[in-house]
Amino acid sequence: MASARQTIVDPAARFETRAATREAPWVKWTLIVIALSFFALFLLMPLAAVFAEALRKGWAAYFAALVEPDALAAIRLTLVAAGIAVPLNLVFGVAAAWAIAKFEFRGKHFLITLIDLPFSVSPVVAGLVFVLMFGAHGWFGAWLNAHDIKIIFAVPGIVLATVFVTFPFVARELIPLMQAQGREEEEAAIVLGANGWRTFWHVTLPNIRWGLLYGIILCNARAMGEFGAVSVVSGHIRGETNTMPLQVEILYNEYQFAAAFAVASLLALLALATLGIKTWVERRAGRASRTIQDDASS
Amino acid sequence: MARTARVLPGFGPALGLTLTWLSLIVLLPLASVFLKASSLSLSEFWSVVSAPRVAASYRLSFGMSFAAAAINAVFGLMLAWCLVRYRFPGKRLVDALVDLPFALPTAVAGISLTALYAKNGWIGQYLDPLGIQVAFKPLGVMVALVFIGLPFVVRTVQPVLEELDIEHEEAAASLGAGRWQTFRRVILPVLLPALLTGFALAFARAVGEYGSVIFIAGNIPMVSEITPLMIITKLEQYDYVGATAVAEVMLLISFASLFIVNGLQAWAARRTGRDR
Repeated sequence: MASARQTIVDPAARFETRAATREAPWVKWTLIVIALSFFALFLLMPLAAVFAEALRKGWAAYFAALVEPDALAAIRLTLVAAGIAVPLNLVFGVAAAWAIAKFEFRGKHFLITLIDLPFSVSPVVAGLVFVLMFGAHGWFGAWLNAHDIKIIFAVPGIVLATVFVTFPFVARELIPLMQAQGREEEEAAIVLGANGWRTFWHVTLPNIRWGLLYGIILCNARAMGEFGAVSVVSGHIRGETNTMPLQVEILYNEYQFAAAFAVASLLALLALATLGIKTWVERRAGRASRTIQDDASS
Repeated sequence: MARTARVLPGFGPALGLTLTWLSLIVLLPLASVFLKASSLSLSEFWSVVSAPRVAASYRLSFGMSFAAAAINAVFGLMLAWCLVRYRFPGKRLVDALVDLPFALPTAVAGISLTALYAKNGWIGQYLDPLGIQVAFKPLGVMVALVFIGLPFVVRTVQPVLEELDIEHEEAAASLGAGRWQTFRRVILPVLLPALLTGFALAFARAVGEYGSVIFIAGNIPMVSEITPLMIITKLEQYDYVGATAVAEVMLLISFASLFIVNGLQAWAARRTGRDR
């Protein structure tokens, strides 16, 4: 492990060692100081403030805020929403990437643009569309009401909004990755007699596992943290339709700052864990691709 | 394209599933906005989307999104440059944390920034004696939008910077150019499409942003209300048609920015010779 780490040299070294691509030390350090000050001011301080505010009234108040029934209900609902949205978009993402990366068909670029669409739609609009469809005055409102089915201001609406905003994550990670890998390996497996599922399971999946994991954790982070879209469809019923971000909002608006930041700190920890796993995956994936290159060149 | 025999199976089911899911979750719901808004006549639609309070929200949303994206273009480029070109302690940590705004829920960022910039906050207490108020003012909107937009610029510029050919800079140096001249005449032209893409992505995200902004904005009508908040306000008054009309305007802006970003990315790909 240690030897593997030693062989990874900071790629910046190749710039710093050549006279033609090197700046004077004062230029270098001035740029670093300005860039890092900006980084600290806009990224580090907001992160640190979450934990400082959460612990302002001490650890006892912190834990009391987290085991409060409404907070627990919010945590449970967040896990349910992400637990439904992420697998659904995982299946969709793999199917979309398989169709787009392994086959040629007309309108492919247009399809990729459509898949990316939820990223460019405001979260508030993402929530609104489901109110327009399933709300009391929506297209299906009367029918749903007659059959006593609640979607808006209930859990199904929250799940739908979450699925919408996390829609592209897995697909957009996998499409470029699977395009770059081509289809020779899969074709070889099929020609040698493997069926489609076996080919996918034993040939495709090992090749895309890091990209898949990457897409899943980003998808999950967004699913658990989504605020705007979920806020529109939730109705903010305490203990019933509040996800963690909505619980943060309610507590904050009631001036229960320490409690709001306590719940927020859990979400911040989730964000840090996401970034940690993401960095680890990137390093593993980078090392895997380097090994492939080494094999190819040797 | 020639119809060669497909060796790989599963094209039909995979594409079918993709199109069905896409239609059900994304296309049909989005179409409902245009259907609903079409129940208004053109003049009614116009009077809703150009009402003074709504117009004020466009000015704020666009103005502050533009300012934030511009700030991010400058400092994001600087940060990307330092991460690619220099060795310094803590670099890996900085590189990993640049994506924090992607991972941190917007509501958490919102309340945290509000706490920082309130009169007694870590930053606000130093700005207040100078007569600068950020929290509950339009300036607060900009601060929140800078936070959420930064990774867009860094992450689009960084890979282009990494793959830049050293030879060009060496040629410039051997011809007698200084580093600043080389940066301006040799590096920046190659970087420009990526930088503009990052700017456009940050801007597009900022216009639609809701969670991180509403806590710090103060939401004073005509002064610090963003456009997404106008949709929420209309919904709370059960004005579904009005909310939908404003949403339609926002959707059209989203489509336009998607179009522009696609064009910029194609330009960047041609300029740098990388495929997307």
